[in-house]
Amino acid sequence: MTTSKLDSKIPEGSLEQKWSKYRSTVPLVNPSNKRSLEILIVGSGLAGASAAASLSELGYKVKVFCYQDSARRAHSIAAQGGINAAKNYQNDGDSTYRLFYDTIKGGDYRAREGNVYRLAEVSSSIIDQCVAQGVPFAREYGGLLSNRSFGGTQVQRTFYAAGQTGQQLLLGAYSSLQRQVGSGNVKMYARHEMLDVVNIDGVCRGIIARDLTTGKLERHFGHAVLLCTGGYGNAFYLSTNAMGCNATAIWKAHKKGALFGNPCFTQIHPTCIPVSGDHQSKLTLMSESLRNDGRIWVPKKHEDAKALQENRIKPNDIKEEDRDYYLERRYPAFGNLVPRDVASRAAKERCDAGFGVNKTGEAVFLDFAFNTIRYGTIEANKKGIHNPTEAQLIELGRGVIKEKYGNLFDMYQQITGVNPYEQPMMIYPAVHYTMGGLWVDYNLMTSVSGLYCLGEANFSDHGANRLGASALMQGLADGYFVIPYTIGAYLSKEIGTKPISLDHPAFVEAENAVKSNIDKLFAIKGTHSVDYFHKKLGLIMWNKCGMARNATHLKEAIVEIQELRKQFWSDLRVTGTADEFNAELEKAGRVADFFELGELMCMDALNRQESCGGHFREEYQTEEGEAMRDDENYKYVAAWEYFEGNKWEMHKEDLIYDNIKIAARSYK
Amino acid sequence: MKWIIKMFSSTIGQKFIMALTGLFLCAFLIVHTLGNLQLFKSDGGLAFNTYSVFMSTNPVIKCISYLLYATILLHAIKGFMLLRKNKKARPIDYAVQGGSANSHWTSRSMGILGTILLLFIVVHMYNFWFEYKFGHVPFTSYFTNMATGETKFQPMSADYVQANKMEEGMISNEQGQFRVVVVKDLFKEVEISFKEWWLVALYVICMFSVSFHLYHGFQSAFQTLGINHSKYNGLIQFIGVWFFSIFIPIAFAAMPLYFFFK
Amino acid sequence: MEKHLNLTLKIWRQKNAKAKGNFEAYKMTGISTDMSFLEMFDVLNERLVNDNIDPIAFDHDCREGICGACSMVINGRPHGPKNAITTCQLHMRSFNDGDTITVEPWRASPFPIIKDLVVDRSSFDRIMAAGGFVSTNTGSAQDANCTLISKEAADESLAAAACIGCGACVAACKNASAMLFVSAKVSQFALLPQGQPERKKRVLEMVAQMDTEGFGACTNTGACSAECPKEISLTHIARMNRDYLMAELC
Repeated sequence: MTTSKLDSKIPEGSLEQKWSKYRSTVPLVNPSNKRSLEILIVGSGLAGASAAASLSELGYKVKVFCYQDSARRAHSIAAQGGINAAKNYQNDGDSTYRLFYDTIKGGDYRAREGNVYRLAEVSSSIIDQCVAQGVPFAREYGGLLSNRSFGGTQVQRTFYAAGQTGQQLLLGAYSSLQRQVGSGNVKMYARHEMLDVVNIDGVCRGIIARDLTTGKLERHFGHAVLLCTGGYGNAFYLSTNAMGCNATAIWKAHKKGALFGNPCFTQIHPTCIPVSGDHQSKLTLMSESLRNDGRIWVPKKHEDAKALQENRIKPNDIKEEDRDYYLERRYPAFGNLVPRDVASRAAKERCDAGFGVNKTGEAVFLDFAFNTIRYGTIEANKKGIHNPTEAQLIELGRGVIKEKYGNLFDMYQQITGVNPYEQPMMIYPAVHYTMGGLWVDYNLMTSVSGLYCLGEANFSDHGANRLGASALMQGLADGYFVIPYTIGAYLSKEIGTKPISLDHPAFVEAENAVKSNIDKLFAIKGTHSVDYFHKKLGLIMWNKCGMARNATHLKEAIVEIQELRKQFWSDLRVTGTADEFNAELEKAGRVADFFELGELMCMDALNRQESCGGHFREEYQTEEGEAMRDDENYKYVAAWEYFEGNKWEMHKEDLIYDNIKIAARSYK
Repeated sequence: MKWIIKMFSSTIGQKFIMALTGLFLCAFLIVHTLGNLQLFKSDGGLAFNTYSVFMSTNPVIKCISYLLYATILLHAIKGFMLLRKNKKARPIDYAVQGGSANSHWTSRSMGILGTILLLFIVVHMYNFWFEYKFGHVPFTSYFTNMATGETKFQPMSADYVQANKMEEGMISNEQGQFRVVVVKDLFKEVEISFKEWWLVALYVICMFSVSFHLYHGFQSAFQTLGINHSKYNGLIQFIGVWFFSIFIPIAFAAMPLYFFFK
Repeated sequence: MEKHLNLTLKIWRQKNAKAKGNFEAYKMTGISTDMSFLEMFDVLNERLVNDNIDPIAFDHDCREGICGACSMVINGRPHGPKNAITTCQLHMRSFNDGDTITVEPWRASPFPIIKDLVVDRSSFDRIMAAGGFVSTNTGSAQDANCTLISKEAADESLAAAACIGCGACVAACKNASAMLFVSAKVSQFALLPQGQPERKKRVLEMVAQMDTEGFGACTNTGACSAECPKEISLTHIARMNRDYLMAELC
């Protein structure tokens, strides 16, 4: 294990001054030179779209690639809850430092101080920027912006637009991007998938992309390449990610030299709709904001749980004193608002103990009855109704609940066929976000020169667990306010580089390799579909590298994945041809990469012999079942280097905390 | 001037034309209905015939009527142009039509309803406007007793002609003083025409077309002009439904039926 | 409670943009009512792959009703028989045993078919590029609370901005008109102070692009709004008409 490869390039100076000083001293590129510098951006979500718009506004020539039919469909659009910013508009004691502290603590002390402080610093500007773009955030009657609270924090710093904040922020970035497309500064390549990066003399110089409509392979040159392709949660098959979300871009980059940071750090979101059957293709998230008003419980008695599982009784038949509000019991200070990893694990613990409440035994209740009555009482008071009946209270309370969460309740009913106003929701944790990703330095550059990685695709800001409403913040921070500065440090040295001919041997070779890989997939001519293998991989990952992991399972998983991968490469069937619109081929390429990434995730999880954030090793827990971190031995970023034939070497980047006193992460 | 052309050639601009001409035609319908209500007067057609003369000779009304003809043509031509444009936007239609689940059939049938109306207008104008202007409409003389107000009338001989559509004067005899009016008897023309059952049927059927066209058209015009607000949508809808798609077609349909059964 | 259905699917198959398409019938058995409509397609496609037949191409991504990718006309209705949801949110419990379900792509000349049920909706992106934005460069914004916006305006603006750009409005409209889509964006910005400086320019340029793309005109049938998965209101079309008139006249 070496550390020589990993220079995080955190600027010198005090935490508060690192970024402002860096910004003022970073080399700049003269406007006329910007026009001759080309930047390729892969992915059009919050990070990609915001970076593309901002860099284009600065004058760079930008090309954007996305696999969807429009930039607007990137999966950032599905984020519901909100975006954090240290505005302190609520006067409740928020500050840049507190947001920084919450994020580091929320990440269980596995993120870099410098990066996270910068994130907290620019968070305010993001809100300003989005409001200026016409993003219709929720407002108070007086016209000021409204805030709500979110898991893992004790201040109200989350800005939101009903239950569709991600959509509104993405559409804001997308509109800025379209403005640049309209003005001719950005060339958009929708329905294009990046299938490899092209390195020349160790420097990233372009990509190979496949036009998904015609199947044609294309070569594109860029002075810099930005990968903004999101997370790899679909390695688990079932996740809250979109069906198309994939790791291919970062995985290809990884195989071409970019180190992969903390691949095992996966966030399991506590409030998702439980699996209904084998046909399940994805899991739907119910916004974390529901935990503001919903109380999570399971029955106290096994016989009640059993009756529920066999559908003999209804949840409302269980008496109040027979209910176990386990989060409130275990974490009185934060209660139902504990961070996601804690809430998820607690649900798993209860279900594993036999208290699950649906037919599979893998669900807990999220109950709004208590707060319905509470809101009803407030409304009755406002309306001057004395001695209201319970029916009146319920009716008034449901009105308030409907206003706050109406769309989520409708969505729940749509999917499950159950009316959540009358019966408590059933929820279960599901894979949601991957904190790991390509290792990047302070400039967001990977270990390959000229190759950058932004947003969820990189590993940088969330440590071992991401707090709610922080993903949107990071994606937009990277794109709007970090990369426009940090890329100058690199491109200012590239102004002499003339565009490299697309006939350069490196491009030809890369394209040939991509083509032969595609041919290889078609040549297998086996008997099983891509989904067949993907589902099997997902099950291994979920059962053995999911919410709770142990060495035995992880070792088994590695072997099972390797075997399944062999089977994949000998028994896969891809229908159709390469020169047409072919969804099976797209999926096959992505799943092939998940097989390799899945193995690395298990290796990383096996290596990390501690429990921290989303990574919970059963061997390392307290007597009460809380995660036990090992700061002495594992306070580092594990950055994996790829070698031919699925071999990896780990590099360590030690994490240094000068400003925060590391403590056990307690939400009691 | 260029901007006007540009404006009215955009889809929204073309729809403005449809809305403005449509509303103008609605306004005409009000006048036309009220005027024609005089057919129900039992004065042998004096009021109606006098009104007809006024409507066809008054220079202001004449100007407006030319504007009206132009409006009808513009509304129809624009309508057909839009129909073609819309057809081009969906060259292949759905195998299964689900329109009834999301919209009212009248709104989806404005083209066909409008075409029926255009054909009706041609027939209608041939029946009365053309006949009145170029055909042979007999004259009738009306004697109104100035003391009692009682009117008597007598058709003129078939070959009687006079320079103007209407001449009037006063005569006195032993029975008293009379106002005499000799006027082209369009009323008679109406009376005779509507004894034909098939023409009555055609008129009544076409009034359904008017009703359905206006059921959607009147409200739609306001939407096109950007007038949509919860405060006055109810009023627009009320007028559109009750006045234009119910009262006016019934009033019109009553006329042929009245003469048929009289 | 979960039930199982036997169904007949009639699905539009078209190899590519130039090929002539036709309907193919597929018998489905034992489809769980808990399945989503697209999961039923997964089941069918899995079967087709096993039979070595090219599976059915259809656009889909988030499968939670927000990305706007899915686009099927199901028994004559965009996104199927239920209101206010997308195809991916439609569940099989909305159908009955023995049903025949006809599935067609969005039909509009500005949405040419790529393959089977997949259409090219880049015309929407071009309309957005023509004016669907507030011209503000990154970094130049004032503090977010400097401009007050009434809650009503913000809520109404959000109701318009909720558009997911799926194109169901075009698919539903007998004229294949894009008025609801365009007006949602025009209206979102018209309701906010940030949208005022470019208000006239925006509506003129977006409408011009809409016409260039070849969408039909609006007959105010209301089909677009009725089929819109986000229930975008017709009042936005009225607002756009008003803004267009004002922009041209003054």
